[in-house]
Amino acid sequence: MWRALIPLIVFALIGALLWSGIGNDPTLVPSPLVGKPAPEFSAPVLNEPQRSISKQDLLGQPYLLNVFASWCPACRVEHPVLNDYAQRGELTIYGLNYKDLPEDANRWLAQFGNPYAGILVDPEGRIGLDFGVYGAPETFVIDAQGTIVYKHIGPLTPADIETKIKPLLQGDRSS
Amino acid sequence: MSRILLILLLCLGLAPSQPALAIDPMAFKDRAEEVRFQKLVRELRCLQCQNQTLADSDAEIAKQLREEVFRKMQEGLSDREIEDFLVARYGEFVLYRPRVESSTALLWFGPFVLLALGAVLLVLHFRKRARQAPAATAVAQTEEEW
Repeated sequence: MWRALIPLIVFALIGALLWSGIGNDPTLVPSPLVGKPAPEFSAPVLNEPQRSISKQDLLGQPYLLNVFASWCPACRVEHPVLNDYAQRGELTIYGLNYKDLPEDANRWLAQFGNPYAGILVDPEGRIGLDFGVYGAPETFVIDAQGTIVYKHIGPLTPADIETKIKPLLQGDRSS
Repeated sequence: MSRILLILLLCLGLAPSQPALAIDPMAFKDRAEEVRFQKLVRELRCLQCQNQTLADSDAEIAKQLREEVFRKMQEGLSDREIEDFLVARYGEFVLYRPRVESSTALLWFGPFVLLALGAVLLVLHFRKRARQAPAATAVAQTEEEW
């Protein structure tokens, strides 16, 4: 009798629903800012307090805004990857030195390398707050028009860059 | 005997009368403001330590957001405006109590829909049984078994 199949169907539906949730990392909270213009920011440059970089300064080319700090162990994991891509000139990466001290940041960069085209300092996390940063590392992909097209939470891997970030920048760079 | 009772009473006094509060020293102007603050930070999630509220958490980001909530209160923002401020940056997930919206309708009303569905099925089931009751046979019983 067909009614005997109902429990099986209900089971299959619930099973499919739960199955689709497996592997989702609940610590990765999707940002409401993706697809929206990046928040306005202007911050002093590390080691050059008299110079500042603002959102307007960076319009016209796509770039990555990488939130890092010397106190962040996971930042060390992704740092060689950033170094590689910056060295090969494949990505323009700006750093946001988040809740850090300049001397610590400098020591850290001296030790692990500096892939950044420029480093903005955000000692109190004010810019981080506007970007919805809740930890480091986090990386925002911002297009030439200043729109956030992607947010990556946690250390970047080459696979992330190749499969998620580069496709987003391809069209943008040629336009 | 009365001494033991006294000790027990004193122990009761030591037990915290309410859950641990966010203890950053904040300059509340009165008790009402403090109550409002505590209520707000208990409704907001710490994203770093997701099963804790801003009030519970010791994480750096929770501390920062508590200070931000306090600052916004000083600026005269309403609870709703403060929540909006955080939702705009961190998404709906910061709210422990999801808002009633089209995207959360299933969450809010789904259980009631299921309940109603169950009730309807149950009523149909009983009606059918009542109709068959006069001619109750073993066959009819097994028909309805599941």
